[in-house]
Amino acid sequence: MSSNLANEPARVVAMFRKMLLIRAFEEAAGEAFHAGNVRGSVHQYIGEESIAVGICENLRDDDFLTSNHRGHGHSIAKGADPRAMMLELFGRVGGTSDGKGGSMHIADFSVGMLGANGVIADGCTISVGAAQSIRLLKQDRIVVNFIGDGGINRGPFMEALNWAKVYELPVLFVCENNQIAATTTTRLVTAGEGIAKRAESFGIPAITIDGNDLFEVDSTTARVVAEIRNGGGPQLIQAMTYRLRGHFAHDPADYRDPKEVEAALGREPMVRTEAWLLENGVGVDEIAALKAEVDAEIAGYVEEAVNAPWPDGSLAFTDVQDVGAPAYPGEGR
Amino acid sequence: MTEMTFADAVREGLAEEMRRDPLVWALGEDLSTAHGGTSANQYTGLIDEFGPKRIVNTPISENTIMGAAVGAAVAGTRPVADLRMADFGMCAVDELVNQAAKIRYMFGGQARVPLVVRQAIGVRKGAAAQHSQSTEAWYVHTPGLVVVAPGTPADGRGLLKSAIRADDPVVFMEHKDLWVATGDVPDDEGVVPIGVAKTVRTGNDLTLVSWSKMARLCEEVAETLAGDGVSVEVIDLRSLWPWDTAAVYASVRKTGRLLVAQEAVQTGGFAAEVATDVTEHCFDALKTHVRRIGAPRMPVPYAEPMENEYRVTPERILARARETLAA
Ligand SMILES: Cc1ncc(C[n+]2csc(CCOP(=O)(O)OP(=O)(O)O)c2C)c(N)n1
Repeated sequence: MSSNLANEPARVVAMFRKMLLIRAFEEAAGEAFHAGNVRGSVHQYIGEESIAVGICENLRDDDFLTSNHRGHGHSIAKGADPRAMMLELFGRVGGTSDGKGGSMHIADFSVGMLGANGVIADGCTISVGAAQSIRLLKQDRIVVNFIGDGGINRGPFMEALNWAKVYELPVLFVCENNQIAATTTTRLVTAGEGIAKRAESFGIPAITIDGNDLFEVDSTTARVVAEIRNGGGPQLIQAMTYRLRGHFAHDPADYRDPKEVEAALGREPMVRTEAWLLENGVGVDEIAALKAEVDAEIAGYVEEAVNAPWPDGSLAFTDVQDVGAPAYPGEGR
Repeated sequence: MTEMTFADAVREGLAEEMRRDPLVWALGEDLSTAHGGTSANQYTGLIDEFGPKRIVNTPISENTIMGAAVGAAVAGTRPVADLRMADFGMCAVDELVNQAAKIRYMFGGQARVPLVVRQAIGVRKGAAAQHSQSTEAWYVHTPGLVVVAPGTPADGRGLLKSAIRADDPVVFMEHKDLWVATGDVPDDEGVVPIGVAKTVRTGNDLTLVSWSKMARLCEEVAETLAGDGVSVEVIDLRSLWPWDTAAVYASVRKTGRLLVAQEAVQTGGFAAEVATDVTEHCFDALKTHVRRIGAPRMPVPYAEPMENEYRVTPERILARARETLAA
């Protein structure tokens, strides 16, 4: 792993803890889905934790983030409350969206997390708009947009790249390249030399890194974010990674070669970060304690969510719009 | 007759049309693995039989999936484009509404646009705001398009065949809950003509009109009302444009009462079109004003209690039916 002056063990431990939190959250979300407590679909971020954490560690609370369908990790890394997120997945009172959104629509505007998204690449165009507001308001915030390697073939992504460059907007596009989109190997449906070249053709600086290397993500992001914040215009980071599980919790992913998955397990970010910590003076006991603490934290959220009250059905009618809000047809409400 | 699921029946229908006509092909995201990607078995095995030139696994590029289908159609083949969820169909509304629907007219009839676009509709447990919408009225409102929304495996298979054979662009809307629903499918070709409704239950006191999954709920409601000694006629429209006015008028002239049930948001929905049209044409036969039931004008919420509040349930249809009968 590359090294960096910022790699004091205490800081790395803090980042590792966040990664553990995401991993534990995702495992719990999957279990809750299979237990019938979480509905819809759950796209787990398992195996990609170092990207969200390495990126968001270099952002300010007031920076903006737009995400996609696989958004739990991004949300936690940006500072969204995992307790409220778990309540949201369970559709209970106290959820991030009051139970209206569920897994694919986590948002926490209080920490600049402008929303996960059920529609591929729609976060890209929202990002450039947020950046235009930043500019109008003369702020020094930046916007980070997470997009998958499958998503880069939608028009809005390419339109957003062009737009961001034309107006030199403070946007960081982060393509999490896990090489697969649902069940399709993206290489088979993507022309050209890849995402970085695509961005460069718009004049946008692009760098490809090992997304499973927390330190490479961290140090690259530190540099890139500083450049963008100083008015350097948009940039793109392609973070290579691997989706360790199915597309969503109910996908057994049996279309993949088990050998490929096996190999990926050796390169996954938790294992690598843990190995670094052990080499750099953090004890086995300390790591075990950290894991136990995080597992207990998540288990507590699950326990709370299982027992939390359901939102009253009538709440469905709130927050639709100010003027002309709905009433149930024929029931006079 | 053979019993099978809706997804299997429609897949069979597509395969049969592809065997019958080498110009028919399909395109969409995630179609090409042996088990048909993340689809609900709608494409399982088709790649093995027809190969990747006729079952085309596309990039995530809705605009181009739809636009390419338009281009292919005017250039001589008969594409079946799958946009998966109607919600993603909105990513390609431009190509469908501004291009597919208008090319024949704008260009003075020089070209036809024989394509089918599949879009899945409906609330499926917890799919929430961006994976649950029923958008059939958007397309009924668009001149140039044909819209079908079958509610049984046999109708799914039979209407897909008609859609593929039609020279017009056809929007084929399948309810996600129906994919696993089973029903008898005829062993013969089983083509179901576009624009012909099916009276699935005859009755004299009330006409209940619906389509897609809601038509099945209406059958339940009719059964319940039969227990009260009320006889309800249930019409499954199957096609929304063109729709079978003759069948509905005849029924309303017999019963004098009409309730139209839809899963989509009630405001501006297709039920409003049916209600108005019947009022205009059968006013003299009506014993009470036409009623409709649909969803409240809100995005589809995630949590179960709220989703239940949103849903058009058999209980809600029943209450509205009783109100119509009492008036
Ligand atoms: C516009 C649109 N098209 C299709 C889908 C269905 N869909 C959801 S996730 C997905 C694959 C996304 O792959 P990628 O962008 O690589 O992200 P990953 O799932 O690998 O994280 C697809 C096709 C969607 N949600 N939105």
